[in-house]
This record gives sequence, structure tokens and C-alpha cells, in this order.
Amino acid sequence: MAWYVAKRLVVSVLVLLGISAVVFFLLHLVSDSPGRVVLGQRASPEAVADFNHEHGFDRPVVVQYFSYLGQLLQGDLGRSYKLNQDVGTLLQQNAGRSAMLSLAGLVLALLVAVPLGILQAVKRNSVVDRAATGLAYVLYATPAFLLGLVLIAVFSQQLDLFPAEASQSHSPWVVFTDPRSMALPVITIAVTSIAIFSQYQRSSALDQLGQDYIRVARAKGLPERLVLTRHLLRNACLPLITLVGTMIPLLLAGNLIVESLFNYSGLGLLFLNSLHREDYPVLLAYTLIGGVLTVVGNFIADIAVAMADRRIELAS
Amino acid sequence: MTAAPTTPETVQLPPAPAGFRAAVRRMRHHPLGLAGGGLLLLVVAFCYLGPLFWKTNQTDVNLLDAALPPGPGHPLGTDTNGFDVLGRLMEGGQVSLQIGLLAALFATTFGTVYGAVAGLAGGVVDGFLMRLVDVLLSVPFLFFVLILSARFHANAWTLALVIGAFSWLISARLVRGEVLTLRVREYVLAARVMGASRRRIIFAHLIPNAMGVIIVNVTFQVADAVLVVAALGFLGFGLSYPTTDWGSQLASGVTYISADYWWLIYPVGGFIVLTVLALNLLADALRDAVGRKAD
Repeated sequence: MAWYVAKRLVVSVLVLLGISAVVFFLLHLVSDSPGRVVLGQRASPEAVADFNHEHGFDRPVVVQYFSYLGQLLQGDLGRSYKLNQDVGTLLQQNAGRSAMLSLAGLVLALLVAVPLGILQAVKRNSVVDRAATGLAYVLYATPAFLLGLVLIAVFSQQLDLFPAEASQSHSPWVVFTDPRSMALPVITIAVTSIAIFSQYQRSSALDQLGQDYIRVARAKGLPERLVLTRHLLRNACLPLITLVGTMIPLLLAGNLIVESLFNYSGLGLLFLNSLHREDYPVLLAYTLIGGVLTVVGNFIADIAVAMADRRIELAS
Repeated sequence: MTAAPTTPETVQLPPAPAGFRAAVRRMRHHPLGLAGGGLLLLVVAFCYLGPLFWKTNQTDVNLLDAALPPGPGHPLGTDTNGFDVLGRLMEGGQVSLQIGLLAALFATTFGTVYGAVAGLAGGVVDGFLMRLVDVLLSVPFLFFVLILSARFHANAWTLALVIGAFSWLISARLVRGEVLTLRVREYVLAARVMGASRRRIIFAHLIPNAMGVIIVNVTFQVADAVLVVAALGFLGFGLSYPTTDWGSQLASGVTYISADYWWLIYPVGGFIVLTVLALNLLADALRDAVGRKAD
């Protein structure tokens, strides 16, 4: 196991280096020089050049990349000139709220999708199965912002059950302290994932239902409930673990849209506002963090799958 | 390429991969796929032929007629600039579909060549090219597209290019996988023994035979691109006025959601869902039709 983890770790670090390089150079390519951004459009070219020279922005881009990497290793994510604030602090202030939103959405999605997928597999080709599959197709084709809009229009405007805006408190725990205002954002995030997860869960449960160990369990007279919970569940969830790992970029993008739609101040909203302000240090740092989360998510998923299914480790 | 005088130019490969006709036949027995295809045709006809029958003024703002609810003369009402929503849907649909198709073509063309080169080259080159794909796949796609389209004021072409530039990765992976199985087939080996250049092997043998996979992928890509365009428009980084697309139209519906202008949200939302649904159903059916060829 240790050997497998070490190998995956080395690959992950390499991919991380690659991501940092790609993101850094691409942003360097499209952004104005920091001097121009800080001093404004009316500053003289000399003043801009002076600023860039003083802060080392006139060095070759490769040198700048390595010094940025060095800063990153010391935990320094750079400085937002537009807000005159440390990027690390900015991200920290918002990270908790975004993480709780994503997590709540993910947990809700799994709680619905896993039983639903198994139910669909057990009752395959029944009315329930077909209806759920059809609904999953439609929801999968529905972008998150449209779904959120419809939810607002119905549950907030028409029925007045939930507020149209997310809680404006700065606490990351609003999902628990103010569930009414967070219901619509969390549901919006969860529904798209439910559509994807349940279909995966269904096909993976179908695969497993045909296996010998299920027949053995049934043949020895185990109640169907125990066959499903004790034998099927664990094995049928394996593909889902990997899927959740690869879905992290999608979850982050979902956050972007949901936070903007419900005006929930988190990383997604910070990203959008930075986009309007052309605040590149923040954009750079957040895009990097997105990449890091993806790699870490994949890494954890691989390890989790290997731990649940020891054959994978033996094969590699 | 310099002309090789001994190569007879008249030798023609079969125009379609073997089993293509069988795939079409299987397609015919796939009701959901047919429904998806039919739905897609309807949407396309609505957007492109609709304006021939439903003539509306989509150039001059008319604030006297702004935000009218559905009624005579305006079956779907008017938006906040006074444009007829039905006509606006057709115009925005054209733009959305065009960008989607263009982006998918860009992405698939590049991804196909990239994947074919990587798969055929093998070894270190393949390893490097595919690790690069891994890296790019780990970068949140929407972030980059947002940064680029915020920076460079987008028109339909640049938007398609930007979306295409970040969505060729899956095609590259798929085609590489396909090429890995194809490159050891006898006819590829025969071509190689006869001295065919690497370019010829890729374009005359590998890509035509991977066409099934590629076509399926294009269909999925169009669906994804339509969604991305809509998301960009919704977030306010899409096309700028007077050009419009479904996402931008939805965004203006959001502004007035508390005013209960439902006709600015549901029709355009319905069209986005319908289009993506149709494309996904079609792609699924195509995948089944092509995939069963292998068994």
C-alpha cells in the first residue's frame, strides 16, 4: 500500500507543477503588467516601468514563475493590488463558506443518489426506474443557473417558502444556523450531481447484481435488505468514489454560478468580482487552488478505491 | 509533400468505415436517439427557418413596448428593450448553436489529431503529450474560459475558439485510446510496410476508422459548448449587445425576476434544456450504434 501511495503522490506533485506552470504563463500572457494595474491607465510609461523594475516584474517570465513558486511554498499567495489585501487572507475569509456550501450539496446529492441508483437497479425497467432515468436526463441538460432560477421563481416568488437570497452572515456554518435561506442554493448544487450520480450508481449496481457473491448471499437465505446494504452497497459505490474525485472542477464551477445567483459571498463570488476588477493575483491564486483541489481529490479517490478494493494495488 | 510518381492516385479507400451502414440501421431502431435527432432538427428549423415566417424587428429598441406579457402580436411577450421574445429566441438560438457547433469542431479536430499523433508515436512522446492532457484537465475549465472572455471582448468566433481551446482534451484521450487498438491492425501494418508516411497513416487509416468515436464525441461536445455559452452569457461575460444568445437572454430575465416577468425565463430556459437534451440523447444513441460494432 505504501508503495502505491508513494507512486500516486509523485505523479500528483508532477501534475501540480504542470498546473502551476500552465496557469501562471497563461495569465501572464493575458494580463496587463502589474505596474499598469496598480498605477492606473493615466500613469506615464516610465512610472510603470519603474514600478515593475522595483518589484521584479521586468524579469524574464520564467524567473518570475520560479520566484512565485518559491513564494507559494512559503504560503504566500501574492497580493491583490486592487483590494490592497493579502490574497491568502482574502481566500481564507471565503473558503469556509464555499466549502460548506459544496459539501452540503455533495452530501445531499449522495444521500439521494446512492439509494435511488440502487433502487433503480433493483427495480430495473420498472416505471420508477424509467421515470427516474428520464428525469435524470432532463436535469442533466438543465444548467445550474436555470434550475436555480426556476427554484427561486417557484419556491420564493410564488410559494414564498424560502428566501431568494442566501444568508448574508459571514459565518461558514450558515448551512446549519440558517437552513431556510440556504435550502435553495444547496438544492441547486445537489440536483445536477444527483442526476449524474444516480445514473452511475444504477449501472454500477446493475453490474454488481449479476455477480456470483450476490447470488450466494441470496442463496444462503440472507434477507434482501441485508444483501443490498451489506454486500451490494460497498462494491457498487466504488465507481462513485472515483467520480466524486473527478467532479471537483465541476463542483467549483457550480459554486461560481450558485454563489452569483444567490448572492452568497464565497470563493466563487470573489472570483467573479475579481474578474470584473481584473484583479489577476486573486484569479491566479484561485485557479491554482482549483487545480490543487482537483489533484488532491483524484489522489484521495484513488487511495480510497485502492483501500476498498485491494486488487487495484496488487495489479499496479 | 513531394509527389511520389509510382503511387497510383486512383486507389480509393471505401468512403465510410465498414459497419457504418450497419450503425445507421441500428440507429433506426433506437427510439430515444431518433427522438433526440428529431428534436434537434426542430430546434434548428425553429432558429433558422423561423425568422422567414415570423418577421420581427430585432434592431430598434422600442421602450414603449417593453416587457409586455404574452398577448396578441407578441405570443411570448417582449423583453425589456421591447424586442419580441419569440423572434429574439430565434436570433439568440442561431448564435448559441453556431458557437456550440464551431467550438465542438475546433475541439474535436485538434483533439483528434493530437490523440492520433500521441497514440501512434507511443513511448516518451505519448507519455509527455498525455500528461499534458492530465494537467489541463485538472484546471477548472470554466475559470479559464471566463478569464479569457472577460479579457478579450468576445464575439461569436473568439468565444467558439476559447471554448474549443479548452475542450479538446477528452477527444484527444478518446482518439488516442482508439488509435492504440487500431495501430496494430493488419491494414495499418501493411500500409507501414509499404512505406506510407506517418501523416498518411494518420489521415488515411487511423482517423477514418476512428470516425465513429469522433462523431459521437462531437455531438457531446456541442451539447457541452451550448451550456458553456449559456453560462458565460448568464454570468455577463458572453457576447455584448446587440448580439444576443440564450444565456444573455436568460441573464436579463434574472434582473427582472422579482417583477415576475416569467416569459423572459421559461421559454429561453426551455430551449436550452431541449437543445442539450436532444444532443445528449442523439449522442447516446450514436454511441450505442457505433459501439456495438466492436462486439
